[in-house]
Amino acid sequence: MTPTITKIAEDLAAGRCSSRELVDDALARIAAQAPLNAFVTVDPEAARRDADAADRARRAGAGGVLAGVPIAHKDIFCTAGVKTTCGSRMLADFVPPYDATVVGKMKAAGCVMVGKTNMDEFAMGSSNETSYFGPVRNPWDRDRVPGGSSGGSAAAVAARLVPAATGTDTGGSIRQPAALCGITGLKPSYGRVSRYGLIAFASSLDQAGPMAQTAEDCAHLLSAMAGFDERDATSLDVPVPDYAAGLGKDLKGLRIGVVKEHFAEGVEPGVLDALREALREYERLGARLVDVSLPNSAHAVPCYYVLAPAEASSNLARYDGVRYGFRAPDYQDLEDMYKKTRSQGFGPEVKRRIMIGTYALSAGYYDAYYVKALKLRRLIADDFARAFTQCDVLAGPASPSTAFALGAKNTDPVSMYLNDIFTIPVNLAGLPALSLPAGFAGGLPVGLQLIGRYLDEARLLNVAHRFQQATDWHARVPAGL
Amino acid sequence: MEWETVIGLEVHAQLKTRSKIFSGAPTAYGAAPNTQANVVDAAFPGVLPVLNGEAVRMAARFGLAVGATVHRRSVFARKNYFYPDLPKGYQISQYEHPIVERGRLVIATAAGEKVVGITRAHLEEDAGKSLHEDLGGFTGIDLNRAGTPLLEIVSEPDMRSAAEAVAYLKTLHTLVRYLDICDGNMQEGSFRCDANVSVRPLGETRLGTRAEIKNINSFRFVERAIDYEVRRQIALLSSGGQVRQETRLYDSVRDETRSMRSKEEANDYRYFPDPDLPTLVLTEDLLAEVKAAMPELPDAKRRRFCDQYGLSAYDAGVLTASRELARYYEDAVQAAGAEPKLVANWVTGELAARLNEDGLDIGGARVTAQALAGLVRRVADGTVSGKAAKDVFEAMWAGEGDADAVIAARGLRQISDDSAIEEVVRQVIAANPKQLAQYRAGEEKVFTFFVGQTMKASRGKANPAKVNEILRRLLAP
Repeated sequence: MTPTITKIAEDLAAGRCSSRELVDDALARIAAQAPLNAFVTVDPEAARRDADAADRARRAGAGGVLAGVPIAHKDIFCTAGVKTTCGSRMLADFVPPYDATVVGKMKAAGCVMVGKTNMDEFAMGSSNETSYFGPVRNPWDRDRVPGGSSGGSAAAVAARLVPAATGTDTGGSIRQPAALCGITGLKPSYGRVSRYGLIAFASSLDQAGPMAQTAEDCAHLLSAMAGFDERDATSLDVPVPDYAAGLGKDLKGLRIGVVKEHFAEGVEPGVLDALREALREYERLGARLVDVSLPNSAHAVPCYYVLAPAEASSNLARYDGVRYGFRAPDYQDLEDMYKKTRSQGFGPEVKRRIMIGTYALSAGYYDAYYVKALKLRRLIADDFARAFTQCDVLAGPASPSTAFALGAKNTDPVSMYLNDIFTIPVNLAGLPALSLPAGFAGGLPVGLQLIGRYLDEARLLNVAHRFQQATDWHARVPAGL
Repeated sequence: MEWETVIGLEVHAQLKTRSKIFSGAPTAYGAAPNTQANVVDAAFPGVLPVLNGEAVRMAARFGLAVGATVHRRSVFARKNYFYPDLPKGYQISQYEHPIVERGRLVIATAAGEKVVGITRAHLEEDAGKSLHEDLGGFTGIDLNRAGTPLLEIVSEPDMRSAAEAVAYLKTLHTLVRYLDICDGNMQEGSFRCDANVSVRPLGETRLGTRAEIKNINSFRFVERAIDYEVRRQIALLSSGGQVRQETRLYDSVRDETRSMRSKEEANDYRYFPDPDLPTLVLTEDLLAEVKAAMPELPDAKRRRFCDQYGLSAYDAGVLTASRELARYYEDAVQAAGAEPKLVANWVTGELAARLNEDGLDIGGARVTAQALAGLVRRVADGTVSGKAAKDVFEAMWAGEGDADAVIAARGLRQISDDSAIEEVVRQVIAANPKQLAQYRAGEEKVFTFFVGQTMKASRGKANPAKVNEILRRLLAP
C-alpha cells in the first residue's frame, strides 16, 4: 500500500527502499487497476530511468523530500516528448516539445512522473465522463464517478496507485474529485502557481494544485510547484514559504466561519452530518465557530457559466486543425476544414461551452452577459472579503453530494453544473481552498472544504493538517485494492 | 453639386523591437519561413503571452511626441476570428482602453499648416502570412511575422483631400522614424495604411457613409486609391445611388478599389479583455525615462534650422525629412565652420540628386559630411568655381579622394588673380577685333561672346565674377 510522501521520504532517506522499487510498485498497481481508467498514458521506461537517476542522485547525497517520489500529472500539463491529450480527441496524438512550468519544477524537485491521468475533456466536467478516453471509475464504488475534472488524479491517489498527483481547478476540479474520492486536494490562490504549459480552459480562473493523501503531503508539493514564472504574466512575484515547515501550529483561537448558505437545502443530509461532526472536532481542537454569510454566492454558478465559457470559447479557437492536433480527414475548403475538424475533434460538453461563451461575447449580448458577470464576480469577491473580517478560514462542503452514479447526470448539464456550487465562488474570488476527507456518508467519502484568505495557503494547510492529526478519515482506503 | 471629401487614416507601424510583442522570438524580416516563430507565436497548447516592455516604451514615446494622453492604465483585449495565419484564433490588441489617446499632428498643406487629430494609438500583434506560391496548390503558413509588435495609429476624419492624406502620412512616416520606433519600410510592410473615405455635399456637417480601403502600401497608391474612391462615390451619389459601408481593396495594377466585404458580412470580433495579460500600468518613472530619451522632433528641428542656419522653410523641411539627413547636414556645417546656406544648397542639390540617381538613402552617401564640407570650403574661398566644384564632387563620389586632392590632380584651381585674368582678357580682345568693334558700336550681346572666349581660354578656371569685371573695364572705349 502506498504510504504518504512524508513516510516515503523517511524510508528513502533511511535506505529502506529505493525510488526504483517505489516506481515499480506504482507501475504494477496502475496495471492491476487498469479498469479504473485513471491513466491516459503510462511511461514505464522513462519512469524507471528517472527513478534510477533519482536513486543515484540520492546515493551521491543530493535530493530533497520529493526526490525519487513517484507522481502522476493530470493530462492537461504539457510534458516534453510525452503525449498530452487534455482528455480530447483534438489532442489525442499531441506531443508537446516543452514541459509545463509545474512539470519542470516537480522534475527539478526530483519527482518521478509515472504517467498522465485521465480527465474531463479540456477540464470541462464534474464527473470525468466527458473524457475522450472514457470515464474514470471511483475506487470506492466502481459504478460511481470520481468527480472531475481531475478525476484520474483523484482516483489514482485514492486507489493508492501513486502517492500524489497534480490537478487543476477552474471551478472545483481539484476539490470536488478530492472530496468524492476521499483525498486531500488544494487549489492555490490565483497566481500562486504558474499556468505556463497548463492547457487553458478559463485563463482567469485556472489554477494548478496538488492532490495527495494528506495536507502535509500537499504542503511539500505546493512548495515545489509554486512561485513566480516569467513566462506567466499572471503569476505572482512573491516568495514561496516552506509550507511543510509551517505545519503543527495550535488551532486555539482560530475562528472558523461557517457559511450559512453552505449548510442548507440541496446538500445531502449525510454530507451535512459528517461536516457538522468535523466542525465539532475543530471545536475540540480549540477553534471557535462563527456564522458568516456569502449572500452573492447564489449567483456564482450562472456568473461562472458566462465567464468560463466566454474565455474558453476564445482559448479553444487555436484548435483549428492547421498546425497540430486533430484535422478532419475529408474537407472541401478552409471553412469546411474548420467546421469538420472542430465538430469531430471536440466532444459535446466542450462544444456546448464554446457555443455558450461565443454567445455571451457576441455583439449585443456582451453587456448583458459578460459585463454583468464581471460585476457579479466583484460582488462575490467582496462577500469573501467581508466574511474574512469575522473569521480566519471558511468551512463548508466541497460538494453537495457524495459520488454519484456513472451516467446519472450527464444528460442534464445544469444538475451537473450545480455540483460545483460551493467550489465555484472561490475561483471567482481567486482565493485558496482545499478539500480534505471528513467522514463518510453511505460508505462514500465526504469532503470538507476550507477556504482561506488570499495567499494564506500556509494557514489552510495547517488547519487541515491538525484535523488529520486528530482523525484518520484521510487514511481510510477503498476495499478491493 | 460641389462635394467635400472626408478622410481618416489608420496606420499600422511595425515597432522596431528586437523580439516580438508577446514572445522572445526575433523580429528580423526576410528569414526562411517559420524560423522566427516559437511555440508562443505558433499558439501551442498552454503557452502564454508576456508583454515586451520595449514596445510599451515605444508606444509611450509616440504618445508624448504627438502631445497625446499616455494612459497610466491600458488593457489588452482579444479580437476573435478564425484565419490560418492567426494561430491563436484571436489577435491580442487594445480595444476599449488604448495606451494613447487624443493627440495631434501638424501637417503642411497647400493652404498652410493644418492640425490633424489623432484619435488613438494602440499596441497589438501582427498576424502571420499565407503563402500560395510554389506549394503545388496548397496554402502555406509563415509565422515569422506573427507576433511582431504594431502600433495602430488612428486619425480623426480631418483630411479633406488625397493630397492632405499623403501629407499626413509623410509627416507621420517621418515622425516614427525620428522616434526610432519604426523603420518605415513600406515595401516590407513596416508602415501600412488603411483609408476611411467618404464624401458629402459641401456645407453638410454630417459625415457621409464611408468605405474603408485596405492594402495601400505606398504614398503614391494612397493618393491614387483615394482619388479613385472619391470619384466612385461622387459618381454613385450623383446618379442617385448610395454608398455602402464596406471594406474595399485597392488594386494598384488596375488602379481601382474593389469591394471585399460589406458591413453585414463583417466579423463579430467578440472583443473581451485578455485574461492572460494584467492591466498595463505605466509608472511615472517609466514615463520620465521615456521623456528624457525623447529626440528632437521634426517640427522643432525644422524651426531651429530656419533660426540657426538662416535657411528657407522649404530647405529646412527637406533637410529635416529624416534624422539621418539632418545629422549629415549639421555635421557638414560644423566641419565647414561656416556657410550653412551653401552647405544646404549642396546637400539638397548635388548630393540629393546623386543619391536619388543611385537609389541610395543618406546612409549610403559616398561623400561624407566632412568631405562635402571640405569642398564647400573651397567653393567659399574661391579656390574652385561653382561649376568646377560639380566636377570635383563627381570625382569625390567616384572615390578619387577629397576635394583638395581632386582639385590638384585635375588642375581645377580657379584663377582669381586679377593680373593673370587681365592677361588672358587682353589676348582674347586682341584676337577678336571684329567683335570688339561690334561691342563698341553698342551691340551689348557680344559681351557674352567675350566671356565665353575668356573662360575657354582659361580652361574654365577663371573666376567668372572677375572675368566680368575686367572685361567691362577693358572693353570700354
